[in-house]
Amino acid sequence: MTNEFLPPGLALQKADERIMTLNVGPQHPGSGHMRIIVQIDGDYIVACDPDPGYVHRGEEKMAEYRNYITNIPHLERPVIHDSCNVLYPYVLGVEDLLGIEVPERAKYVRVICSELNRCIYTMYWLAIYGIFLGHSTMFMWPAGDRELLIDLMEKISGARVTHAHFVPGGVRNDLPPNFEEVCLRQVNYFEKRIREYAAVFYDNPILISRTQDTGVLSREDAIRLGVTGSVLRASGVDYDLRKKEPYDVYEELDVHSNVMKEGDSYARSKIPWLDMLESCNIIKQALEKMPKSGSVRVKLKPNPKGKGFNSVYKRVESGRGSLGCHIVSDGKVEPYRLKLSVGSFRNLIALPYLLKGEKLGNMPSVYWSLNYWPVEADR
Amino acid sequence: MSVIAPNFKFSKFIQSLISDVVWFVLIFSLIGFPIIMMVLFFIPMPVIDGELLTPFLAFTYLADPTRTLPIVQSFMMTDMFKIMAFPGFGFAALLAAGTIFVERKMLAKLQLRVGPFYCGKFEGILQLMGDGLKLISKEIIIPAKADKPIFWAAPVLFVASAAAFVALIPVAPGWVVADVDLGLLAVFAVIGFFPIVTILSAWSANSKFPFIGGIRALFQMVSFEIPLILSLLGVVMVTGSLNLSEIAASQSSFPWILFLPVGAIVFFITMLAELERIPFDLPEAESEIVAGWLTELSGMMYGLVQLGTYLKLYAFAALFTVLFLGGWNGPMIVPQFPMELVTEGIPLGPITAKIGGLEPLLTELITPEMINGVLMFVLKTVGVIFFILLPRGVFPRIRVDMLLNLGWHKLIGLAFVNIFIALALVYAGVLGPGGLQ
Repeated sequence: MTNEFLPPGLALQKADERIMTLNVGPQHPGSGHMRIIVQIDGDYIVACDPDPGYVHRGEEKMAEYRNYITNIPHLERPVIHDSCNVLYPYVLGVEDLLGIEVPERAKYVRVICSELNRCIYTMYWLAIYGIFLGHSTMFMWPAGDRELLIDLMEKISGARVTHAHFVPGGVRNDLPPNFEEVCLRQVNYFEKRIREYAAVFYDNPILISRTQDTGVLSREDAIRLGVTGSVLRASGVDYDLRKKEPYDVYEELDVHSNVMKEGDSYARSKIPWLDMLESCNIIKQALEKMPKSGSVRVKLKPNPKGKGFNSVYKRVESGRGSLGCHIVSDGKVEPYRLKLSVGSFRNLIALPYLLKGEKLGNMPSVYWSLNYWPVEADR
Repeated sequence: MSVIAPNFKFSKFIQSLISDVVWFVLIFSLIGFPIIMMVLFFIPMPVIDGELLTPFLAFTYLADPTRTLPIVQSFMMTDMFKIMAFPGFGFAALLAAGTIFVERKMLAKLQLRVGPFYCGKFEGILQLMGDGLKLISKEIIIPAKADKPIFWAAPVLFVASAAAFVALIPVAPGWVVADVDLGLLAVFAVIGFFPIVTILSAWSANSKFPFIGGIRALFQMVSFEIPLILSLLGVVMVTGSLNLSEIAASQSSFPWILFLPVGAIVFFITMLAELERIPFDLPEAESEIVAGWLTELSGMMYGLVQLGTYLKLYAFAALFTVLFLGGWNGPMIVPQFPMELVTEGIPLGPITAKIGGLEPLLTELITPEMINGVLMFVLKTVGVIFFILLPRGVFPRIRVDMLLNLGWHKLIGLAFVNIFIALALVYAGVLGPGGLQ
């Protein structure tokens, strides 16, 4: 068979006997819901082709058949651990489209929920990072300590994951009575626990020697490839949307964005951990500054409609980086078009560049340090 | 402990045992009885009251301990008992099973979990049995392109190599299956078998992930065998013997770890690598190569490899005990038997209970020294096993290049340092002939 019989754009490659092609995934303990086609020469990776799309669910098309309120429960499905942050840009955008002013207390509740969710997501991510490196204790500890914050979110919204708590016009329910004390106590304990992780994981000499100087993403490459979030900040670019484009009440809070210059797997894995400590700080500040009483939701009319043909783009800093939502309205009860622009997919683009020339043993650590969630990338 | 778990009640435990008695009796009469008959055919039967005992006659003697105990004694002296039960396979398998249970519970405590809990009513003590039954009942799937005879043979060969290793370990004075004069060389020979079996299993599966895992295992085992052998040369120098029983007996005053700590550390690290334990579990690194060379093994083939792995773990820990920790030597903590009770009987009111054949058994075979030796040996071995298990909760996996670097650059150098220490001790007259002993 020669090239002329193939469809345009495809070409046959000459087989190299030295090179072995490995299909890592979709049913592989180290792949997630995707496939990475890796070509190895001995122990070195010569080429890598990430192949996402196994969990594509058509969220964007589904959004065109549902009105602005019924879109809420299914739009949070891409990352159920981070559901508040996934809904955040959508809710901000709909409020912009419909012209709703949100009460002050609701904004603070949103910030608290968003930071709690960021920690819940990052703990799950950290657990998987631990087991990818063969550190089973680091799988069990975060998976257990996550329960503290999940319990808090259950108190707020009634659901352990998939909270569907953010609605256009505020949040669904007010905080339960006595919430501030419980939250402060649990967050303080959580902070103490995650500081202990340093001793067993982040200061572990084997982990440091394994992840340092592997998969280095330089500052220029990070900007050129368009990675976001913790991956971008690990490469020395200080870009945190909570500081650069503050939404809701983030400008009234003292937000510190963590930046590291190395750009290797170790820095990329440490930034989310530092972010969790920062989230605890933000939650404490928000609990202090929050108005103690007041409304948390503006009541909407049934089936709200957008005003004419216009569009809005909002983005927030999610657990995996910038998460944008572009809503186009044509004056009907459903959005005309909805586009989610997610950090996971942007970070995945960097994977082939980082894995080229690495050893096969570095693949799991480089891959998962990209702060990537396969389901969100497929949407 | 847990809200959802039922509380352990001793009365219910006893009740459940009684309800199971029927099954025990049934299984014994169907399986145990024929096995005992078969075993009796292999024992050189004693002559009692002027007539040679036949197996059928022996069954009539079962009710009379005076006549049963000599049979038990002669059975315990046979090679078959040594191979299958006490210092050999059965004893090692029991310790290995205990190791698996302790590993799971200890790791669970370390990771703030409960671990096995439901199976067996008390802290999941029968979990291993359940897992074994599951593995036995599973279908064995062979890859279509596998080299079938070798693929079938590899797990069996693995267990056989591990059992051969176990057979060389002296547990108590005189209690060893194979008392070879060149015992340590035999150990090196047996250890040399494991990479061959591994690469046979991995290559014959004709699949990519097992192949990579097998190559990694080969790298690891071959490059760590050299420091392993070198680290043990120090012990051979100061002892002047390759016989494991003699090496253990020579440490009656002090264990060699006091004089050769460098060798002990090198041997411990190479032991972790040979056993493929974390942080050296590269051949089974699941996030990189699924399960390494075990990927295509299914059902009881996988179970056999696991059994062999834990037998190997026990054997290595026991070897460490024999070579560096003094084997069976230790303080005498088992009290002497009150022999007058055996010889003169126990007065129970009007009658005196006396068991006839017990005296030769207790004076010749199961002496307090032997029980104390086994106890010391087991305690030390369990301690070593604990330290082998512990890194699994603390360390991540290391990379192939780091592993080879460690093996070839650092451990071999340290092993030579150990040899020089041993040479210096022998030449200075501290150890060896004329020195401390």
